[in-house]
Amino acid sequence: MKISETSVVGKSVIRTDAIDKVTGCAVFVDDIQFGPNLLHSRLVRSPYPHALIKSINTKKAEQLPGVRAIVTGKDLTARLGLYLIDRPIFASDRVRYYGEPVAGVVAITEDIAVEAAKLVEIEYEVLPAVYDPVESAQPGASLLHPDLGSYTVANFIFPEPGTNISENFKIRKGDVESCWPDCTAIAEGQFRLPPIEHVPLETHTSIALSERSGQITLWASSQSPFAMRDMIAQSLGIPHNKLRVIAPMVGGGFGGKAGVTMEACAVVMAQAVEGHPVKLRLTREEEFVGTSVRQSLVSEIKVGCDKAGNLLGMELTYYFGGGAYNDYGVNIARAAGYSCTGPYDVPNVKADSLCVYTNHPVGSAMRGFGMPEIHWGLEQIMDQLAEKIGMDPAEFRLKNCVRTGDEIVSGMKMTPIDLETCINKVMKVIDWEKEEKPTAPNKKRGKGLAIMWKAPAMPPNPGSAAVVRFNEDATVNVEVGGQELGQGAFTIAAQIAAETLGVPYESVTVSSPIDTKYSPYEWQTVASRLTWSMGNAVKAAAGDARTQILETVAAHWDEEVDDLTIKDGLVISFKSEREQPLENMVIYGLPNENFEGWKGGPVIGRGHFMPTYVTNLDPETGQGTRAVVHYTVGAQAIDLEVDLETGQLEVLNIASVYDVGKAINPDLIMTQIEGGAVHGMSSAFEELKFNEGGEVINPSFVDYRISTIADIPRKIHGDYVETPIDDGPWGARGVGEHVMVQTAPAIANALYDAVGIRFSDLPLSADKIYLAIDENTNPGNK
Amino acid sequence: MRIHSISLIVNGTEELLQVPSNLTLLHALREKLGFTGTKNGCEAGECGACTVLVDGEPVNSCLVLAVELDGKEITTIEGLSENGQLSPLQQAFADLNAVQCGYCTPGMLMASTALLRRNPDPTELDIQEALVGNLCRCTGYQRIIDAVMKASRNGGAQ
Repeated sequence: MKISETSVVGKSVIRTDAIDKVTGCAVFVDDIQFGPNLLHSRLVRSPYPHALIKSINTKKAEQLPGVRAIVTGKDLTARLGLYLIDRPIFASDRVRYYGEPVAGVVAITEDIAVEAAKLVEIEYEVLPAVYDPVESAQPGASLLHPDLGSYTVANFIFPEPGTNISENFKIRKGDVESCWPDCTAIAEGQFRLPPIEHVPLETHTSIALSERSGQITLWASSQSPFAMRDMIAQSLGIPHNKLRVIAPMVGGGFGGKAGVTMEACAVVMAQAVEGHPVKLRLTREEEFVGTSVRQSLVSEIKVGCDKAGNLLGMELTYYFGGGAYNDYGVNIARAAGYSCTGPYDVPNVKADSLCVYTNHPVGSAMRGFGMPEIHWGLEQIMDQLAEKIGMDPAEFRLKNCVRTGDEIVSGMKMTPIDLETCINKVMKVIDWEKEEKPTAPNKKRGKGLAIMWKAPAMPPNPGSAAVVRFNEDATVNVEVGGQELGQGAFTIAAQIAAETLGVPYESVTVSSPIDTKYSPYEWQTVASRLTWSMGNAVKAAAGDARTQILETVAAHWDEEVDDLTIKDGLVISFKSEREQPLENMVIYGLPNENFEGWKGGPVIGRGHFMPTYVTNLDPETGQGTRAVVHYTVGAQAIDLEVDLETGQLEVLNIASVYDVGKAINPDLIMTQIEGGAVHGMSSAFEELKFNEGGEVINPSFVDYRISTIADIPRKIHGDYVETPIDDGPWGARGVGEHVMVQTAPAIANALYDAVGIRFSDLPLSADKIYLAIDENTNPGNK
Repeated sequence: MRIHSISLIVNGTEELLQVPSNLTLLHALREKLGFTGTKNGCEAGECGACTVLVDGEPVNSCLVLAVELDGKEITTIEGLSENGQLSPLQQAFADLNAVQCGYCTPGMLMASTALLRRNPDPTELDIQEALVGNLCRCTGYQRIIDAVMKASRNGGAQ
């Protein structure tokens, strides 16, 4: 059988969760009913960005009728973290950001918990706060973590104790100093991005129950039930088999529900009121103030090329503002480090990618994981350099973009991709050469292009596991530990199982909720890794089940397994043309001749996948054989116009093309491309704002605007290319995050094309654009 | 807090309930009656996830008190399909992948249902105006517009 002959892989089948979601049947964590035993809770949050906690007095709060427990960090010295264990569950001696949990109140109603939280008296001694990552990285800056040297850390992360630098990833490739004299043109710039929020429609919600038996159950809106269990179990000293995490449907994640956010607070509060489930549901305001953010970034870039436009060298410093705790953020700086050049072939590179503590909310994973941040500067400076040597920016990219087999910045050989086709496709769709007329005399129109790359950023060996179980009627349950966040992971799992087993797609159910007590292991639903990694595990599990079936039938017919296959739920023999329905035989087996005994039995397939080929990188040079499993690449081109009287931008067209390896479900890829384009566009206008005291001043949908249905581009032209990789199912790799990575710089490039002004700092707010245009046309006239 | 005895006709069935003065329709539906399809997104009337129909009009259920609605007819997402038959809007949302995480979907469907009842043949602009208060972070909205258009061509809402 040829591998290209697929029946359901490659088809745009309906989502497995579509009917549940349009009928209101899909269960999210807040929908689970707990009955009268349920208690409610509220966190007491720090009103200062940096302060010592001098005393906490809970007496008045405890006396409020209906209050059941108050917990603080006083008796809780354990920290938690994914790559660097630096984060307390409740602050004990010091607070490091506005909104940090200091205490938790448990009461019989939410209203009482809110009232009691106000009665907790905390005395602080305010410390100097630092918000700018460049400033915070300097010697003598106010230290956030004097104990940094004592924290447990992954062996590929390099904190610098005695400073605010939690990670310093270095690239030293070739000889950048000696290349500058050979450059015909050099572009230099500094680019800045503020922290932004994920803004899922469902706020973080957890319910924890600590039973008298010692069993703890945590229901959570989570992208990472297994990593969550691991981190909380380690921090609180709970055996993994005594901590059960149940994660139903997630109402939007975007990275914000990866790792642990506030869930450990719910567990600690539940431990104080044994036998009662305790609900901790963040308000929308808390979602803005008290959850993780996309880190801020200051990037300093110098790049040069020869007369023909060949890139010769790059020098980069990335200062990620990691916020108060960098347990996850350190790996964002690392990922930005080993991919620091963007998707370009550059022979000489010197880069330092730093994660720096600041008194901002915790910086953590967000869609793109460092890549939207670095591409913001990279993709603008490439346009600037192209302009300096008089080359079209698209031509410049076609000349310099990374190709399969190139030795990239980390020293690894580039995995199979076709970025040139992506660029050519977006140029064609957007009619790159053609100058469009503005739709009104007070408007200017422009086009911009940007390309990207991103590898899954994770430890070298994150695993996926899957189980495939047959039912009597030959329907199938697929069990996975990866999560459905809306991206369609369950649909992909069902398609891969159906294809491998030879059963109809409709007969496959993916088990939900994810439950660490029953579900097979999955590291986390992050890094756009599920189609690839979980897909491999499901394929292996289904292949295992298929083999069991074929062996039973082959023995029954006295034929060879190689002569049999399964199609539409029937085992068929190419040789004898016999048929055997799967129904019943997948549970009861098949009888021997004259019923003299039986063969087979209940079919359960198991499979796992773990990449085994990622190597370490040299800590001084960032060089190694294989930094990552693979890269996904893509291109976007944008056609926009700007209103000169208001500074308002309108994106008219976005062309967006990615190389996905293999489209398991083409329409689900298009939904990611469309949603990502709007998310990327929205992110160009977003900013979590703070006043001088470090307080978040826009924690609502009114003050922190995300794109509405009225703001979308007139047309999003999505497409994909299929250059298969060797380690993904049918060659597939992820694309869920990539689709927003370069949207903001593509907009900035188009804006430059329209008005001739470069905006190096996000957000691209209308007032900023208006003032810059005004200054440009009437210099000095304020 | 005073407790009031009220009746709500939810999806055609009369429900008798005791509500404190400050209980919103959102919490009455979710916690008193178990209609958890209606989602809580902001409790400030800014995201539309909790949209239901009150006497046929779209309302942010987080902004109205249950006690004010004594005797009113409420339609929630659970009331859109009948006898296992999806409404044309529900079918179109499913067919066109206008759903991702699904958290905004009930509110989107209720607001769209109200739109099609009032305007069975809306333009794209009509749809954008009707749904501007319903936020979605996943889809990029175009599929939602397409789904409402498809349902309208199929004969509009029930």
